[in-house]
This record gives sequence, structure tokens and C-alpha cells, in this order.
Amino acid sequence: MDIGLLGQYLANGIMLGTMYALVAVGFTLFFGVLDVIKFSHGDVLMLGAFTGFTVYLGMAGIGIENPWVLVVFVTLSAVIGTAFIGAVIARYLVLPLKSAPPLNILLITLMLGTAIREAVRLFFPDGSNPKPFPSLLPSSSVELGNFSLRADSAILVGVGLAVIVGLHLLINRTRLGLAIRAVAQDEETAKTMGINYTMIVLVTFAIGSGAAAFAGTMNGLYYNEINFGMGLLLGLIGFSAAIIGGLGNLYGAILGGFLFAGLQTVGAVALPFASAYKDVFAFAVVIALMAWKPTGLIAERTSDRV
Amino acid sequence: MTAKTLDLPKKSWLGLPALAIGLIFVALVTVYGWLFLHAESEMEVLALLVAAAIGVVAGTRSGATRNVSVAMNQHSGIMNAAIIGGVLVVIGLLSQEHFSLLMLTSVLLYLTAALGLNVQFGYTGMVNFAGAAFFGIGAYTAAVMTMHTGVPPLLILLCGGVAAALIGFVLVLPVVRTRGHYSAVVTIAFAVLFKTFLEVNDVLGGPQGLTVGSMSILGWDFNSSPTLFGVEMSFYVNYALLGTVLAAVAFMFTRRLERSWLGLTLDSVRLDETASACFGIGVTRAKILAFTFGNVLAGTAGALYGMMISFIAPTSFTFSDSLLLVAIVLLGGMGNPWGTAVAAAIVVVLPEKLQIIQEYRFLLFSVLVIVMLLFRPDGLLPRQIRTYIPGWRKQP
Repeated sequence: MDIGLLGQYLANGIMLGTMYALVAVGFTLFFGVLDVIKFSHGDVLMLGAFTGFTVYLGMAGIGIENPWVLVVFVTLSAVIGTAFIGAVIARYLVLPLKSAPPLNILLITLMLGTAIREAVRLFFPDGSNPKPFPSLLPSSSVELGNFSLRADSAILVGVGLAVIVGLHLLINRTRLGLAIRAVAQDEETAKTMGINYTMIVLVTFAIGSGAAAFAGTMNGLYYNEINFGMGLLLGLIGFSAAIIGGLGNLYGAILGGFLFAGLQTVGAVALPFASAYKDVFAFAVVIALMAWKPTGLIAERTSDRV
Repeated sequence: MTAKTLDLPKKSWLGLPALAIGLIFVALVTVYGWLFLHAESEMEVLALLVAAAIGVVAGTRSGATRNVSVAMNQHSGIMNAAIIGGVLVVIGLLSQEHFSLLMLTSVLLYLTAALGLNVQFGYTGMVNFAGAAFFGIGAYTAAVMTMHTGVPPLLILLCGGVAAALIGFVLVLPVVRTRGHYSAVVTIAFAVLFKTFLEVNDVLGGPQGLTVGSMSILGWDFNSSPTLFGVEMSFYVNYALLGTVLAAVAFMFTRRLERSWLGLTLDSVRLDETASACFGIGVTRAKILAFTFGNVLAGTAGALYGMMISFIAPTSFTFSDSLLLVAIVLLGGMGNPWGTAVAAAIVVVLPEKLQIIQEYRFLLFSVLVIVMLLFRPDGLLPRQIRTYIPGWRKQP
């Protein structure tokens, strides 16, 4: 294996890792503030990609051609629209269920995911077929031996990493982030300190869903194709990433996302069997990791109270 | 068994003894099940659904439902026999209809697998989102063994269960060590891994799947149509009868397990692991027992399912199918085997019967589950608080 090909795989792995980390961040944020797992997250991501696609169709319809204007509007509308949807789901489905058994919440949100998926399949025009997502970013590439760095993937990774850093700053450096962390730590105390609890929860869900929509748009721009079922596997991977990192921890989610992408890449490249086994390998390692570290790599700090 | 004064309703319905009401109820359900499986036009199905809703409301209002549950408690032997009799009557009445029998047998096999899950998370509180994977392990074991070995098919059913248990042992360590969502991710990862593995692997047929040989007992091939009094019946009658036996045995095991001290151990592990450990209960041992028991049931049911549909592919054992099994247990009411039975029937048959909304059935189904969990989170038939030893208060 030469160095160029290795670079190619590395670039691809970083791309995937950014996407997974963005999904996992949502899971971990939701778990932080509400102690719930919202399994419809992957399908919300898909909804984001479809929102972006619809906006693109609309703008192309009225004759806007400039790809930069298009890409900015598509991404922004996907993120904002999906953030709103995420907040609505939180307000009417997740918040009322806060004290229900975790298994019920898991099942309700899983079913919600199915409902979203089916709704897109049935009600989006010709929704059961994959949609060609436009390639709006410049596709010129820099050749370094065997390694060709495409401009669009470089931009996507750059912006994706910037979003992750932005999220980190938002959570750790702003008053809003402080409020989110306070709610995550202790709901009762946060309330008595004058934090608007419902508001913070809704904002958190909006942020998480927006991040997922960004990942969805990224996925669309990179693979130039979206379909109604794309959210299921991405959601599962994001969830696994959040779990192996350790739930409720932002860095854990990022670590988990990149770790999963790394495992997939290693599974596809470095192992003796066919690259089709990469998901089998990645999930097998996830299971092994759970056996070794039952509460994730960066463990939640909990104690048993009897 | 002696009567439990606590459970007796103040007034018996129409002055009949509880047992009589129970038997009438079983007869009504039998007729209803036959009509429903037989119904072909959409109007019939909808009318029957409305009838069921009215029946449930009327039964609750008039107190008949309580009498039925009293009958179930006090005369469980007779009632169980009556219910098995009811299933046999339905099989007899439908003996020439392939599709209805296929559905009925699917209900019975899904019930068997769901009973296994019921032990896992209804009693012990261990989530398992890989039910369909263990079901699939059974089916693939059946496929390989019927095609490449001369093992008698009845034994292959058992082998399906054993294979599911053995592969389950690989997961035992992470499942036992983790809790809650962390444990969920282990089984979810396994469910995805299993399906992906089947798809990319050449030995087990890849995406095209495998052919499964038919069941046969003592030289009687289940794929040949039995003839009784000169009437040729559907070959699914064989599978329906064996499915009934399998479901009944699984049901019996589950009930016995629940009532034994082992069931008590499982219940206490679910309610509080730390407290159970303090009282000297082997938490790990209880979890391994429940996990293996559930997987054996799922694997056995899967083996028979594979033989029945005679052709299996990875798409039959996806994560969504695992969710279907979880939905059956939750809809029925966690830990209540009768609830599981009712829910299995609803979840399997209803989408097939509502062909009018064919396109929309998954959407409607998911919305139905959401509404159900929002407004009746304990399921259709919530489990009652267990009595330590049934009827023990009456002892002097």
C-alpha cells in the first residue's frame, strides 16, 4: 500500500468521522439535559437533508444559479428548519414523557422515526426512490501522487470541524451553554437558580437537530444522493458512537464518532477479509468495547444510591 | 386450587360462575379469530374491528372481563385447555386456506419468540433489540442442517434454539456488564452486525438467502397435504399444529418459570439489582439464565419459521423485525404472557388484513404504537403484582 492511497483513506475517514460526530453530539446533548435517548434522531437528519433538497429545487426553480448562494441557503434552511422540527418533537413528544420508563421512550422515538421515514417515502413526490442531491461545491482536486484531495470534501470537512468546535465553544463558553450544563447536571437546582428549564431543553433539542441536519446535508453533498432510509444506519452509528464515547459527554461523542469512522476505515483497508465486512468489524469492536468499558470510554460519573 | 377472596368480584355476571363466563369468552374469541382470519373484504375487517372495540368496552363495563380473569386464575388448567382447543378449532375451520393458516402460524411463532423476550425484559429488565437476529440464527441453522445433514428435523428445531443460545453466549459478557442504554447498544449493534454479515457472506447465501428443507416427523413430510375424511387440507395445517405445540410448550415454560423461585429471582433483579445482590441473589447468574432462555425460545421458533416458509433471506431478520418483537412485548404489557399473545396476534395479523391501506400501514402502525404508549403506557393487559406463592393467604 502506498502513501497516497493511505492519505485517501485517511481523508475519507476524517470525513465520515466528522459526520458521525455531529450525529453523536445530538444524542449526547439530549441525554445530558433530559436523560432520554431520542432514537428518531437519524430520521430527523434525513428530514434535514430532504428540507435542503426541497429548498434547492425551489431556488433552482426561480432561477438562482450561483452555487455558493445555493449551498449557503440550502444548508441554512436545512439546519434552521430541522432545528425547529427538533424543538417541536421535544415539546410535544419527549418532554411529556420525561418520567416514563426509558424503554417506552426508546420505543416511542423509534416509532416516531419509522413514522417520519414512512411519511417522507409516501408524501414526498416520488419519495421511495433515491434523490440526486446536487453537487454544489467545486469538484476540482489537488493531485499529490496517488492522493487526490477534492476541494468539496476539504470544504465539507473544514466546515464540519468548525461546527464541532463551534458547538464546543457554545456549550463551554457561553451563558446558554452554562445553562445547558446546569440543567444537565441538576434539573431541580437549575430551576431554582432561575433557569427557564423548558426553554433550555427546547433550545438543546434544536441545537442537536440542527447539527444532525448539517450532517445530513453534508452527506448529501458528498455522496450526491439522498434517500428516505439514509437516517436509519446513520442514527444507529451516531447512537453507538455516543455510547462508546460515554453518554452525556460532548468529547465522548466526538471521540466515539471518529473512533467508529476509524474502525470502518481499518475494517475496509487493513484487514484481510473483504471490505464489505467493515460494518461487521466496526460493530463487533463496539460490542467488545462495551464489554471492556461498560459505561463508555469517558465514563459518566454516577454512583448507586440504594 | 382454593378461591382467593381478594380477587372475587362482588357480583358475578348474569349469575353465572366465573368458569362458565371464561369458557363463553374463549368460545367468542375463537369465533372472532376465525371470522377475522377468514375475512377478505375491507368492510368485513373494519366491521370486525369495531365489533372488537364494542366488545372490549361492554366487557369492561359489565364486569365480565373481571370474571374472565378470575376464571383464568382459579381454573387455569381448564381455561388453558379451552384456549388450546379454541386454536385447534380455528385451524380446523381454516384447514383449506393457505394464507390464513400461514398468518396463524406466524402469530404462534412470533408469540414463542416474544415470550422469550418477555422473560428477558419483562421479568429481568434486560433490553434485547436483537430478537429477530436470534430468530434468524434459528432459521439459518435449520437451513444449513436440513440441506447438509441427515439430522431428524424435529431435532433441528432444538438445534436452532441451542445455536441461538451459543451465539448469545458471545454477547453475555457485554450484556451482563452493561445496563440500560449501554446494554441496548450492544444488542442493537449485534442486530445490525448479524444482518450485514448475512448479506456480505457467501457461504450462507448472501442477499439471496437459502432454501430450507421441510419439517418431517416419523417420515411424515410436512409439505404434503394431509387428507382427512376424503378432504384434502392445506399443508400449512401441519405447521399450524406444530406451531401450536411449540407455543403451548413455550407458554408453559414461561409460566412455570415465572411462578418458581427462579422467576422471583428474576423479578427482584429487575426491580433493584443492588438490593438483590445484598440479599445474596446471583444477579449475573439470573441475567445469564434469562438471556439464554429467551434466545433458545427465539431460535427454536425461528427454525420452525424457516422450515415453514422454506426460503429465508437476510431481509427477514432486520433491526425493524427486532423492533416488531419488542413492540409486541410492550404493547401486550411487559411481563404478561397473555398480553404478549394478544399483542402478537394484533401486530402480525392487522397489517396483513388492512390491505386497503397497504401503502400506509407502517405509518399507521407506528402512529398507533406511539398513541398507545402515550395513553396506556402499561400495555393492553398490564401484569398484575405477583403473589409470592399463588393462593398462600388461604393456608391456616
